[in-house]
Amino acid sequence: MDPKTAHITVRNLTMAYGDFVLMEDISFTIFRGDIFIIMGGSGCGKSTLLKILVGLKSPATGSVTIDDLNFWEVTPGERGKIMRRFGILYQSGALWSSLTLADNIALPLEQYTDLNKKQIREVASYKLALVGLTGFEDYYPSEISGGMRKRAGLARAMALDPDILFFDEPSAGLDPVSAKLLDDLILELRDSLGTTLVVVTHELPSIFAIGTNSVFLDVETKTMSASGDPNALLKECKDPNVRSFLTRGRE
Amino acid sequence: MNDSNTHNSTPAQLTARKTADDTLTVFLSGKWTLDQPLPDIIELKKALTADNAVRTLSFDTQTLQEWDSGLLVFLIKARDLASSRNLTQNLNIDLSGLPDGAKRLFQLTTAVPKREGAEKSDTREPFLAKTGGAVINIAGSFKEMLDFIGDASIALLKFMTGRATYRSSDLFLIIQECGVEALAIVTLISVLIGLILAFVGAIQLAMFGAQVYVADLVAIAMLREMGAMMTGIIMAGRTGAAFAAQLGTMQVNEEIDALKTLGLQPMEFLVLPRMLALILMMPLLCIYSDLMGVLGGAVVGIGAFDITPVQYFEQTRGSVHLSHFLLGVVKSIIFGIVIALAGCQRGMNCGRSATAVGYAATSAVVTAIVIIIALDGLFAVITNILGV
Ligand SMILES: Nc1ncnc2c1ncn2[C@@H]1O[C@H](COP(=O)(O)OP(=O)(O)OP(=O)(O)O)[C@@H](O)[C@H]1O
Ligand SMILES: [Mg+2]
Repeated sequence: MDPKTAHITVRNLTMAYGDFVLMEDISFTIFRGDIFIIMGGSGCGKSTLLKILVGLKSPATGSVTIDDLNFWEVTPGERGKIMRRFGILYQSGALWSSLTLADNIALPLEQYTDLNKKQIREVASYKLALVGLTGFEDYYPSEISGGMRKRAGLARAMALDPDILFFDEPSAGLDPVSAKLLDDLILELRDSLGTTLVVVTHELPSIFAIGTNSVFLDVETKTMSASGDPNALLKECKDPNVRSFLTRGRE
Repeated sequence: MNDSNTHNSTPAQLTARKTADDTLTVFLSGKWTLDQPLPDIIELKKALTADNAVRTLSFDTQTLQEWDSGLLVFLIKARDLASSRNLTQNLNIDLSGLPDGAKRLFQLTTAVPKREGAEKSDTREPFLAKTGGAVINIAGSFKEMLDFIGDASIALLKFMTGRATYRSSDLFLIIQECGVEALAIVTLISVLIGLILAFVGAIQLAMFGAQVYVADLVAIAMLREMGAMMTGIIMAGRTGAAFAAQLGTMQVNEEIDALKTLGLQPMEFLVLPRMLALILMMPLLCIYSDLMGVLGGAVVGIGAFDITPVQYFEQTRGSVHLSHFLLGVVKSIIFGIVIALAGCQRGMNCGRSATAVGYAATSAVVTAIVIIIALDGLFAVITNILGV
């Protein structure tokens, strides 16, 4: 797989809630097979950027292009088709609370594959095992802990083996060992399935361990102040806010 | 959190005095804690505005006995005052006189700069602007409602052509919830309505010795009006509210977003089964309610007014026409659609908080009941004109 084909291209994006402009003039490119990190202080608009990328919120101005299609100018039907190739982990988990964990994962499979009930159940168990939730198939989301809900959300995001996975703070609420396992899982998904990953995270160790590309959103200047490989940013970037973020406020 | 002894604590005091040509020193003494009255910042403001030469504000806390957040709130107010002074030069604040802990806490409050544009402005709007805004809001929500009805109709059409995606297991579950499980309350209310109608009617009719006509009265009233209306009101309170709360909570938890990004239409996936369930169950519940009401009437007629069971039955049969019955059933279907639409619409457009869910449930019930009663009135007028 050629690592340098553009998968998602964002140009001059402005995001706003009504009159409250969050960020202006954001441009970056996510390549196929990238593990793309969205960084920035709390409340700067990372989740909002993710919502725009996955089609839940329209940008105020600017364009998002996914595989040569202008995501916000195609018809809703076509947008739905593109969205079907996404897997999304929401910051709050967003599991369907009336369904068990297995059914949460089964729902997308029922809708978009021809597998029979037994096969679906097996796939669901496998996905839950990937995130360390073997044996919790028949639990309801309200019966498991916050960190477990996050992992179950992850399993659901991976249900259809999507082209692009979007994770909103996947390791928040996880213990260090699970967080490390999650990093391994992310790398494995990229290497074995060629998935492109877009990850919002604050975890510096995992940013440096898995990130191949990134964008830094700056609250103060209301725009992106850096973009590129996080390890390179740590070495070369001069912007004080980026440095401060990447060194945990030490510089 | 304190720096000195608490014996014989004196109330908090503040004096501002110039200690150098350009320095104003604030002397803080006593106990600066939130559990007692703290001096007003006005004193400091006066001292500052009285003298334009002041460039530095410093603090002296040698006689300060105890402090907590109360002191810090005061310091923040002092800082805001200093930066808002109408002077070309801003005022420097010298923190060296403060207790160490207070100094560090104060510095933390300025560690993250304020976000521009984030603060909500609470400007008072003039009355006319408010009224105008409210009208625009109403128009907006009316449009939302119409949009929703349009989308719901499309979903229903798709269902009829067999192209809608929804889970049939969901549909059965909802049918059970709003059908079988509502039987008990429908029984209770309908029997009572029948009883009440019979009592009120029979006492009047007995004056003419025509109490046997109570059977006609109960049967016609139940079949034409009360059966459909009562099930409508019960289901609005029971199921309409539940729909709004369920969908509202899903909205809050981003569950609906999760459906949308999967390419599933919430309209087909969530709203359609709820609408179908009510369309199917409402007429059945309405017929059941008719029966129960007539039964309630019979209990009163036979038990309290000396009508024989056969007489009551014959009288009832003679008075009822198919048109009465059909009118009630048709109304109940329409009421079912109203309840489902109101409940789902309020739920889908719910805000993202717990209060918003409560509000959605309330407004779903109120909307449905108001529309049901208004429609029932409209039906009464139309059928009267048509002579049905
Ligand atoms: N629905 C909304 N309406 C209005 N403003 C919103 C809404 N959602 C978020 N905001 C505002 O947008 C800003 C960014 O929110 P967002 O959730 O994108 O932040 P974030 O970068 O994901 O933060 P965190 O790291 O804490 O998750 C916040 O200041 C918030 O007040
Ligand atoms: Mg977020």
